[in-house]
Amino acid sequence: MQKPDVIIVGGGLVGMSIAYGLALLGRQVSVLDEGDDAFRAARGNFGLLWVQGKGYGMSPYAQWTRESVALWPRLEASLQADTGIDVHLRQSGGFQLCLTDDEMAEESRRLLWLREALAGDYPFELLDSAQLRARLPGVGPSVVGGCYSPMDGHVNPLKLLRALYAACRMRGVKIINGHRVSVIGQFASGFELQAGEQRWYAGQIVLAAGLGNRQLGAQLGMDVPVHPNRGQILVTERLKPFLHYPTTYVRQTDEGTVQLGDSHESLGFDDGTSSAVMADIARRAVQCFPQLDQVRLVRAWGALRVLSADGFPIYEASQACPGAFVVSCHSGVTLAAIHALRLAPWIAGEFDDPAVLPFSLQRFSQKKEVCHAG
Amino acid sequence: MPADSLFRALGPADKSVLIEFEGAFLSVPAGISLAAALLLSGVTHTRESAVNGRPGAPYCMMGVCFECLVEVDGQANCQACLLPVRAGMRVRRQRGARDVRVGDHGEEGADE
Repeated sequence: MQKPDVIIVGGGLVGMSIAYGLALLGRQVSVLDEGDDAFRAARGNFGLLWVQGKGYGMSPYAQWTRESVALWPRLEASLQADTGIDVHLRQSGGFQLCLTDDEMAEESRRLLWLREALAGDYPFELLDSAQLRARLPGVGPSVVGGCYSPMDGHVNPLKLLRALYAACRMRGVKIINGHRVSVIGQFASGFELQAGEQRWYAGQIVLAAGLGNRQLGAQLGMDVPVHPNRGQILVTERLKPFLHYPTTYVRQTDEGTVQLGDSHESLGFDDGTSSAVMADIARRAVQCFPQLDQVRLVRAWGALRVLSADGFPIYEASQACPGAFVVSCHSGVTLAAIHALRLAPWIAGEFDDPAVLPFSLQRFSQKKEVCHAG
Repeated sequence: MPADSLFRALGPADKSVLIEFEGAFLSVPAGISLAAALLLSGVTHTRESAVNGRPGAPYCMMGVCFECLVEVDGQANCQACLLPVRAGMRVRRQRGARDVRVGDHGEEGADE
């Protein structure tokens, strides 16, 4: 069996984006993915390409996120050329709707901090309720205002995952499903990964196993502080297009359904749903867009965000185990482009990237946890 | 490719009700689902997909596949396999996505 250059553990959006980026550079890549019982953030997320508000308290993350959305058209074009799949990228800008004055004040404060941190290069508009309604017809009377940023957008996340799989296969990436890596061993020539009776070898490994990175990283002596945060999502019947921008609570997909979401719960590894939270999500969505009152829901699910201790991504090139990398984040959609087109070349050793340094694990041993879900 | 329907009633109906489908009256057994009633009546095209416009008809018969969407008494996107037939039901094909008007001039919940 030919030994690949790199094995990626985790076939979600993060792992597949990196696999694709490495394949574009001509590397031999294998991806080891779990079975259908895995927690799959890649199949349960909301599909936003979101910039506004991210990186509050850590401006390199704001900069990194902006660069990713700037790279997104290149990723989209590359996936389209390789697979013919349209992932429905729309970079129309997006709205954060605010239901209380406190929420509006808090959002404004964060965005103003970010604008200053990025030396003024951080476009957004704060809108009062009348301005918001003029820009976004159908907004309900109890919405006090909103923030618009032209940096935001959305994509069909399931088509993105499918396109990444197809593009990776087309470029020779070997995708091996149904194996949960349990043991990682390090040797002079590289790494051995073990799942059940099976073993794989590679010179480099990338841990992109979402919440599994904590346990996998520990085997290489790394403390990877990631924990689950549950979000629930409701999906409506298909409607003719009425909402032409993504918002953080309500998003109409390219195929007509409307996703309602943005709940946050810390319940360990329970990825189910609860009627109380679903009721809250529905109530808030109807407050935002009252016409949804008459609309039927057809599906609901829970999914687990992969949150680091400070809410920001983790990109670690292990010092103790050269060739081992850890990648964890909860914005696998937004960051897919930069993961494929910039992080993958960094992992491949094509160039040093100082922009990656602030995301190393080192920061967790330097300061206390900041509670922010980004 | 049209084919003869393999859908057959198990036996004669004790009681029938009259429903309307796309303006035509159909006499169907009482107590069965609307999807079964349409299939028994030889209807092979009950909706047009909101995604690609392709015609569709009831498929899973258990509420999962959403192929059987119809408009019932003005209510869009009803799953015909989950609705019992009722005398006088007015049923139309679900053509594409439902229209929910927004803004100040819209009629809330209007389907057409």
